[in-house]
Amino acid sequence: MTNDLAKGGFAHPSRRVFLAGAASLVAWSQMPRYAFAGQSRDPRLVVVILRGALDGLAVVPPIGDPAYASLRGDLAVGAPKIGGASQLDGIFALNDAMPNFRRRFASGEATVVHAVATPYRDRSHFDGQDVLENGTENPRFSDSGWLNRAVAALPKGDAVRPVAGLAVSPVVPLVLRGDAPVFTWMPTNLQASGPDTADRLLSLYTHSDQELARIFAAGRKIDMLAGTGGAPGRDMAGQFRSVAAGTGKLLAREDGPRVAAISYDGWDTHAQEGPEDGRLDKLLQALDGAFDALALQLGPAWKDTVVVAVTEFGRTAQMNGTDGTDHGTGTVALLLGGAVRGGRIVADWPGLGPTQLYQGRDLKPTTDLRAVLKGVLRDHLGISERVLANDVFPGSLMAKPLDNLIA
Amino acid sequence: MSQEEAALALKRFGLGPRPGDIERIAVDPKAAVLAELDAADITRLDDDRLPSTPDAFVAIRHDQVARSAARKTADMPAKGTAPAAAVAAMKSAPPPAAPAMMAVGGNGGMAAGAAAAGMAAAAPPKPPAGPQNRSMVIYLDEIDARVPRQLAAEIGYVERLVAFWTNHFAVQSDKNEQIRGLAGAFEREAIRPHVLGRFEDMLVAATRHPAMLLSLDNVDSAGPHSPAGQKRHMGLNENHAREILELHTVGVDGGYTQADVTEFSRMLTGWTFARDVDKPAAGTFAFKADWHEPGDRRLMGKTYPAPGGKQPADQQGLAALHDLAVHPDTARHVATKLVRHFVADSPPPAIVDAVAATFTATGGDLKAVSRALVENDASWAGERKFLTPQLFLVASMRAYGVPIEGKRLVSLLRELGQEPWCPPSPEGYHDDAASWLSPDGLTTRLAIADSIAQRVRFDDGPAAIATQLFGPSLSDDTRRTMERAESGRQAAALLLMSPEFQWSRT
Repeated sequence: MTNDLAKGGFAHPSRRVFLAGAASLVAWSQMPRYAFAGQSRDPRLVVVILRGALDGLAVVPPIGDPAYASLRGDLAVGAPKIGGASQLDGIFALNDAMPNFRRRFASGEATVVHAVATPYRDRSHFDGQDVLENGTENPRFSDSGWLNRAVAALPKGDAVRPVAGLAVSPVVPLVLRGDAPVFTWMPTNLQASGPDTADRLLSLYTHSDQELARIFAAGRKIDMLAGTGGAPGRDMAGQFRSVAAGTGKLLAREDGPRVAAISYDGWDTHAQEGPEDGRLDKLLQALDGAFDALALQLGPAWKDTVVVAVTEFGRTAQMNGTDGTDHGTGTVALLLGGAVRGGRIVADWPGLGPTQLYQGRDLKPTTDLRAVLKGVLRDHLGISERVLANDVFPGSLMAKPLDNLIA
Repeated sequence: MSQEEAALALKRFGLGPRPGDIERIAVDPKAAVLAELDAADITRLDDDRLPSTPDAFVAIRHDQVARSAARKTADMPAKGTAPAAAVAAMKSAPPPAAPAMMAVGGNGGMAAGAAAAGMAAAAPPKPPAGPQNRSMVIYLDEIDARVPRQLAAEIGYVERLVAFWTNHFAVQSDKNEQIRGLAGAFEREAIRPHVLGRFEDMLVAATRHPAMLLSLDNVDSAGPHSPAGQKRHMGLNENHAREILELHTVGVDGGYTQADVTEFSRMLTGWTFARDVDKPAAGTFAFKADWHEPGDRRLMGKTYPAPGGKQPADQQGLAALHDLAVHPDTARHVATKLVRHFVADSPPPAIVDAVAATFTATGGDLKAVSRALVENDASWAGERKFLTPQLFLVASMRAYGVPIEGKRLVSLLRELGQEPWCPPSPEGYHDDAASWLSPDGLTTRLAIADSIAQRVRFDDGPAAIATQLFGPSLSDDTRRTMERAESGRQAAALLLMSPEFQWSRT
């Protein structure tokens, strides 16, 4: 059933789809249990997509860069008179909105890759997210996602895992679309209809519409497995947290999925960005709370988990005329989890001087995001470099997997 | 044959069949759809309850100020009584009028009340929490006002077009509460008057509307070399300019560069609206000349000189909007989206070509464009479309003649991921099956169908109404399933979930 679902259920893997609400979707894929080089590890991977272009310079501000404070003006979080961020190393600080991430950074469970970008160099959210998710260099090059292709490429191990998919939400994001089976799940407030009505409907679909039958059957299975997965929170932080908590709960299950994707919207901070006490501050607090909820629900499985948070591109180095930032290029990727080799910033720092900026306006990307993701997929999930370069991120031979991201 | 075509007309171009509709338009379904385009005042939505944009803006601002003051009071040690503004905001909308046509279900007002009561336990409304603010009250009034219109529409092609264009020029209600309170007025004042008029007029009206200026951050964008830029260090915000190019006109493949985006944003500096509630102009578009970046501008290969003499400098931006409105890439972009919305998730190129050609030949006459889409025989063939959540709920209300109260409607649409005027990005909601057909989406639809079905009574047995709604497209499987249902409610829920109902054709 699950294989049919994946192939036929989402029959139009056309474009990236936006998700509902501020925080909306977790999708995951069933994954066969596999022997990992004789170890007993059972790795989990959570990809968090921050839609709208995260301002990396406000999350991990380069307070030691001489150009930073003047470029950012009132938005220079971490600068002497502004505050709101605390030092991580000689150059970088971390926004104080993320105390949980800071704690994990200190204990070696979190790391930051800075001045990172996908190969996409224009500034459309929609095309930028397509590139982020399809894993190629062009929004039109693929209708499937790199995370789905990674799942399809996993080394097959010992046992056949029981049917697992679950998931929540209106849609599968592009990053998880493709041949490998995927399910969606989302917290809900609605009361389900009685089982008899659902049985009759499934019978009707089975007789008259195979596509609806497959998808509806999967939905019922998900409902049974997720149970009362927790109603969505009322405010943004609550919504972020409930999506993450549900994901963590399902990934923690012995028979649960092992790869998940979550999307959080709202990072497009063109005006009144408020990295220290406004909108971005609230978003980062909500994200930090979501990380915490994941760790909490994963419990003992957290030690085998990697969470990687990525965005389609960064924002302008200089603030714009309305106390915000416009679409830019380089930004950060955040990694955390018990399986991460943390406690450091990974950056080939390009500097923020006038001649150092990309096109005179953006943080210049010096690390290909695909290199980060390939490093994680190789060392955490055991996918070979050849498969990564050919199938998962086709055309990425030059972006060598980053070493030492995984403990 | 023409009954099948009638069923298709109501699903593909309309808001879904009501009992008797298929019979009524079967003589000539295509003519019936086209006739809607010529009906007098069909695009207008007048309702005394609904404030104009300026009135809504002023009311929202007063409410915001009052709540802010109340919060400060509440922070003091002695907790006071509820502030007057919050009490005033408790005003609830009157129940929607009963629809013109009530085939089943009894009294609309009573049914709505019962549903709202039953809802309290089953589905508590989601955020925003706390006392209802003025923006939310206006927003829900706007939703309530549209329901009778959706129920009464003979076919609903024009209402579909209205929704299409409001989604094309999407404003995001979640971004700021002022936008939520203005979104309905945006549709009534910037979109509806032009839905069968000229695209350029709609483009200009949408671009200048306060809800859009807020949603795409142009309200404070000023030229660095303008007097305001020099004196007050105001500067550019390029968001609105970029999305006009990428989303509203030529599209992402329209051949513009970052330099074009920046130049266009300079042309739009000073395009804002009056926000001082003590001024008579509050809530109306304002061009602030001293915020405008001086000088000639160059956009997509054409120079737009700085307006000379007494010409107002917003002429520069208007000239650019004019050229964008009639650009061939705009015609193609709009035609592709229209065909995808109404006909097929993968728009057949021949139909797109024909619709784009009409757009170009008429200089963006949207009545001609809407007509061309329906007149094209190929638009009546082709694949099936899966109902969006909004269409699913409107079609359900029409099928049983049961209005749903605005507050509940919004709550259900949140569950389904398509809250009105609240897309998660300026791109608006997608309308293809890939966006909406999912395991969770289907089980949620069943839960909703089941709750709507509580309010339905069948006088002549369930199969009779299925025949009236679907005509010859009713399958034997669906008919049998309904006849064997254990209760009228179960039959009613299953009908809403049947393949005939969920797809534009089977």
